[in-house]
Amino acid sequence: MEHLIVTLVTFDGAVNWTVGFLTTVAIFAILALALNVQWSVGILNFGVAAFFMVGAYVSAVLTLPAPEGLEAYVAGWGLPIPVGWIFAAVAGAVLALLLGIPTLRLRDDFLAIATIGVAAILRSIANSVEGLVNRSRGLNGIDGLLQDEVSGGGYRWVELAIALAVLIVVYLLVSRATASPWGRALRAIRDNEDTARASGKNTVRFRMVAFVLGAMLMGLGGAIYAHRSGTISPLTFSDLLGTFFVWTMLIVGGSGNHRGVVLGALVVGFFWFGTPLIQESLPDWLGSRVFQVRQLLIGVLIVVFLLWRPQGLLAERDRVSRFVSEGPDDRSDDDRESILTRARRVMSR
Amino acid sequence: MGLTLVYGVLGVGDFAHGDKMGWGMFLAFFVVSSEGANLGFAGGQFGSLSFGWGLVVGILVAMLGVAALSLVLERLVFRRLRAAGGTFFVFAIASLGISIGLRAIIQLIWGPSNFRYTPGIHPATEILGGIKVKPDQFFIVGVTILAAVLLYWLLYRTRFGKAMRATADNPGLAEASGIDTGRIRYGTWIVGGMLAALAGVMLGLQAEVRFDAGFRLLLPLFAAVILGGIGNPWGALFGGLLVGIAQEVSTQWINTGLKPGIPFVIVIVVLLLRPRGLFGQAR
Repeated sequence: MEHLIVTLVTFDGAVNWTVGFLTTVAIFAILALALNVQWSVGILNFGVAAFFMVGAYVSAVLTLPAPEGLEAYVAGWGLPIPVGWIFAAVAGAVLALLLGIPTLRLRDDFLAIATIGVAAILRSIANSVEGLVNRSRGLNGIDGLLQDEVSGGGYRWVELAIALAVLIVVYLLVSRATASPWGRALRAIRDNEDTARASGKNTVRFRMVAFVLGAMLMGLGGAIYAHRSGTISPLTFSDLLGTFFVWTMLIVGGSGNHRGVVLGALVVGFFWFGTPLIQESLPDWLGSRVFQVRQLLIGVLIVVFLLWRPQGLLAERDRVSRFVSEGPDDRSDDDRESILTRARRVMSR
Repeated sequence: MGLTLVYGVLGVGDFAHGDKMGWGMFLAFFVVSSEGANLGFAGGQFGSLSFGWGLVVGILVAMLGVAALSLVLERLVFRRLRAAGGTFFVFAIASLGISIGLRAIIQLIWGPSNFRYTPGIHPATEILGGIKVKPDQFFIVGVTILAAVLLYWLLYRTRFGKAMRATADNPGLAEASGIDTGRIRYGTWIVGGMLAALAGVMLGLQAEVRFDAGFRLLLPLFAAVILGGIGNPWGALFGGLLVGIAQEVSTQWINTGLKPGIPFVIVIVVLLLRPRGLFGQAR
């Protein structure tokens, strides 16, 4: 940490830190947007880390050269990095299908438990199966995109550009998707599954598609992370950083609002990655515990937001598409209630 | 059992349950360890068991402490969320946040190291047919049976238990028939918290005291709860046994590192074949 403080004193150091920080935030913002897609249909994914990890590992083993010496991992075909990205997204989707098929038809809470579990088991598989992904030694020397073409210090700008470009594409994609009729159906399912079903929506299928789409984007985010950091190990994908951190970004920024989620990633990211910077200037008793305090505060932060500002920094907009009439709904609450009752009656037949 | 009770009665899947176990474990450790010894709780061992009065006091302190902690959380967080019309999602995320916070506090106070209630090696004695059992393990099994019996008595032999089961079945109807569901909720958190603390101390006694031990058990716990049928304490007891045995026996055939995956596989299989659990009733 000490060199961080030193580097920040100079202008170059500050710029370098900021570039690195923004790259990390962009990657986490991709994860948070992906989570937002799943959340928009009311899917409770507590295993973001699992999809993140699968994407990172798949892309890494496909693009790394064949293992030598003490290294032991599968594949190692030295494929081009964009191919790694694609397969990372596919791997995320496959994992989502495998998890979604048994759980999405059932109670909402089962998926939450299953996802938190799959993250734990993937970590233990990566840690204990010899010859799969180098166990706890992790994978090292993962190349970055265009790394050979750009030399030395300039490369961090390329990393930032890559992460931002992918973030923008993902942002546009999810914005278009959730503003489309499909996206409005997702919201309808989240807000009232009975009425959505009564209006002929196959809710399980909508959920599955949203779950898989979010998982693909998480896998992609993982791939970008792996090629950026160059080193991954099972420890990288802890529940705290891989899952809970992303959830905090979503809740703080404003669940359901994509712009809010990106803002949340920036704010929470600054809080998280900025705290080590002030560590030196804190009194000793606090400075030595800054990591635990930061963990505690992030837990407190999420509860505080849920209690006092559940809509987040930027609230979800009521009107999601320019094709929907503006202004408040002219139906009274009684009307809505009776529609609901009728729908329920239809359902129970 | 504590988890399934809270789940059933309050409709909250408490993701902080594992970390409440962690708190129970460490509160007892506090009493047993040197800080506690200065207060005069140190002292001897019971026969061949590895602990003495210190741990008994520790268990009581842990149960009271975690019950109080659960109450404070209900009061500060869950009651307000409920008043704001929070959905299951909001409760789940809040409890996950609490879980992270609680674990951070444990690390702040006790650091990341592992501890044992009593240092040293405790030999196992051989009983029938070459099966070795530590004296402590008899104690753990005994305490579990005692807790199960007490819980049965509470749920099925007292007015409070009846009210609790009514609230679990239909909160609206229970309230309409004059049951103070607010009080029932507090009561459920107390019982759930005490059971979590007790389980935490037992876990610390059997294995070791570490800050994330409770969290690591969360998945097996949920597996046991789902296997037994949510809200069904007997199912949970049986489910817990089954998950535990499956986990231990599995090491005969598979890599020990994969042991944590067993509960997960069980969850998926149960969800595919019988989503309401082995003993759950259809909803």
